[in-house]
Amino acid sequence: MTSPLEQKKIRIAGPSIVTANRTWDGVVIYRTAQQGWSADLSDAAIVRTSDEARALLAESVADDVGAVGAYIAPVEINGGGQIKPGNLREHIRSEGVTIDLPVPA
Amino acid sequence: MYAYDELDRTLINERVSEFRDQVKRRLSGELTEDEFKMLRLQNGVYLQLHAYMFRVAIPYGTLSSKQLRRLAHVARRYDRGYGHFTTRQNIQFNWIKLAELPDALSDLAEVGIHAMQTSGNNTRNVTSDQWAGVAPDEVEDPRIWSELLRQYTTLHPEFSFLPRKFKFAITASKHDRAAIKVHDIGLRLHKNAQGETGFEVLVGGGLGRTPFIGKTIKPFVAGRDLLSYVEAILRVYNQYGRRDNIYKARIKILVHELGIEKFAKEVEDEWLQMGDSVLALDDAVVEEIRSRFTYPVYEKLPHMPEELKKAAHDPHFEAWRKNSVAPHKVPGYAIVTLSLKPVGGPPGDATADQMDAIAALADKYSFSEIRVGHEQNLALPHVARRDLPALWRELDKIGVATPNVNLVSDIIACPGLDYCSLANARSIPIAQELTRRFANHDTANLIGRLHINISGCINACGHHHVGHIGILGVEKNGEEFYQITIGGRADENAEVGTLIGPAVPYGEVADVVEDIVEAYLALRARPDELFIDTVKRLGVEPFRERVYATR
Amino acid sequence: MPLVKNGKISGDAFVHVADDAEIPDDGAILISSARFLDDPQRLSSRAGKTGVIWPNNRDVDDLVPYLDRLAVIGLVFPTFRDGRAYSQARLLRERHLYRGELRATGQVLRDQFVFMLRAGFDAFEVKKASDAEAFALTAKRYSVFYQPTGDGRITALHQRMQQRHSESAGQ
Repeated sequence: MTSPLEQKKIRIAGPSIVTANRTWDGVVIYRTAQQGWSADLSDAAIVRTSDEARALLAESVADDVGAVGAYIAPVEINGGGQIKPGNLREHIRSEGVTIDLPVPA
Repeated sequence: MYAYDELDRTLINERVSEFRDQVKRRLSGELTEDEFKMLRLQNGVYLQLHAYMFRVAIPYGTLSSKQLRRLAHVARRYDRGYGHFTTRQNIQFNWIKLAELPDALSDLAEVGIHAMQTSGNNTRNVTSDQWAGVAPDEVEDPRIWSELLRQYTTLHPEFSFLPRKFKFAITASKHDRAAIKVHDIGLRLHKNAQGETGFEVLVGGGLGRTPFIGKTIKPFVAGRDLLSYVEAILRVYNQYGRRDNIYKARIKILVHELGIEKFAKEVEDEWLQMGDSVLALDDAVVEEIRSRFTYPVYEKLPHMPEELKKAAHDPHFEAWRKNSVAPHKVPGYAIVTLSLKPVGGPPGDATADQMDAIAALADKYSFSEIRVGHEQNLALPHVARRDLPALWRELDKIGVATPNVNLVSDIIACPGLDYCSLANARSIPIAQELTRRFANHDTANLIGRLHINISGCINACGHHHVGHIGILGVEKNGEEFYQITIGGRADENAEVGTLIGPAVPYGEVADVVEDIVEAYLALRARPDELFIDTVKRLGVEPFRERVYATR
Repeated sequence: MPLVKNGKISGDAFVHVADDAEIPDDGAILISSARFLDDPQRLSSRAGKTGVIWPNNRDVDDLVPYLDRLAVIGLVFPTFRDGRAYSQARLLRERHLYRGELRATGQVLRDQFVFMLRAGFDAFEVKKASDAEAFALTAKRYSVFYQPTGDGRITALHQRMQQRHSESAGQ
């Protein structure tokens, strides 16, 4: 998981989404198909070509007030059509840390 | 402990007001993220994987119990009930909301805590020896000079937008517990032949993508000239440090590209042009700062009190005492290290409850003072030896008396991919597994002093380059892999570790470390030859063979 | 973009003259360093006032011979994060005793006003009108300063020393 913050060229290898953090509280959010954001991965808009990805990212980045640090992330679509995180980094962002928190949530 | 006065408090409050206004303008859209990012970094606010991360300064690692309680309050009120102590003597909170940050800062300001310049391209927390002021081998308290430097570098109008971050560390002991050789400016306080206090000044040390050990730019700068000389270095760096490539922007690159002689000359030229500087620290000024440091009124106490004699029969107490208690410069007292590395736990974390409990113990046993070390442990610096048994029982109850200080399970680790958006791989679970493999204290003592450092990426916040065993997370085909180095050290004999072979996958790291330790035990010349010395004597080859024989 | 001078929005008496445009005989002008250094004697003795925009990657030493003949020196912040002009400003003011107008140009934003004032700037080509309007208020954000610069503000250290002296004098 090379940090995607260093993304320069936009080239996707499979189904992807755009994700960011909500400006006021830092919560992980996903760009929806309705020009909005959701904290739920299942609401994310899926892009399948580099052009689509570029367009979705551009529109996301334009929402400078609501979201910070938007980037394109891979996902997997499972047999049941559900969106799942496409790598460990996105898994951690969506599910939380892989360790026990010192104080149980 | 340095006592903040009206002026110090006013500055912190003015800073909080300013940041409150900046956050308001960010959330209203008046400031874009591009305009705001550097401002929030200058107040210690990062954007991480799940949330913002808030890095609070603990100047030269010294805290009062009142301050520690307030940190506990911030953990509870604004975060998830815990904090993480860092390799630069700061504390980090991982779940903070931007909108609540001004309030958190305001709560901290009430007890003289701030987050100024804990990130950004400016001068960061001036770190020092966590035993400053109480170490037996100390020339004089380096915190006086750390505080002088802290004030000088705080909101410095000329140096708030440097090419990159800038870190200072000061030591005043022969044994360098502050890792000055891997800092942008490292200062070794000592006295010259005339008995004057001054500093050996080193520049260009640093870890990260291109690790360098700092080079001596001037063997002795009188205390009087410290700030003017530092200003000369910063001015040269501000003007000539690279700004075209963030990976080549630290002063270490400038020093490397110019060469130390040429760099030293640039600094000397600038310094001479400064002439008799308004920054000169005459004795009155130094005394003014020194007078604001309060020291405990120590009692006259015996070295071997009754309480200690009685407790010597308890093997658990003795195991802890031999491991976690260090000599103090005042007879009858001791420096106690509190291990934040419990078996199976994330290294360097403390819960709000633990912080409150430690604060209470500091009140009772350590003149209300706590220290933070860059090894991510805490210390109580003024404990009467007669109180050791009672203190130990209390520390044990709150889980900070694991007798593993400086041993194999006293691991230094960055937060890694579980928290950090820069990471390639996780570091905390690796540390946890290692503490489980080496949980047996007899084994750990048999192995002896052994520093393992883990970084989740090349930014090296875990200081892996200078670990006796260094572990660096990398990415290979979407999987977590780890490069292993051995032979690094951060002290007065600082050295960068050597890679032992190809990176190994996540599941094998603990096995590799066990193999390295087994190799050491088989190869060491005597039981008291430390791991680091065996590596120095034999080189990397025998370890490489052992580890990669079956891989 | 608004010019802030002496703490408030004011008209700009100086006209930026591009490198390929003719230099008028009189009138106040701002020209690039390259153009100025091409013929510094003539340009610094014109009838009208002359000012130079000096790049942030060049030593101010080259400008020093002409300081007493320049009405304005403009220093550059290509982005607000590039802090080289702060060093240049302090050197011009404190080492070379430049007394003319020292102007901040480039990406000049509200949250750097105090730093700029302390470094010696007294004029600001402010990017946003709202920032220009907030200048006077912003300049008063801080009342305590730890380190001395040429701005004459007393440092916290010396304030304490003064307090001590007056305390002991009062005994």
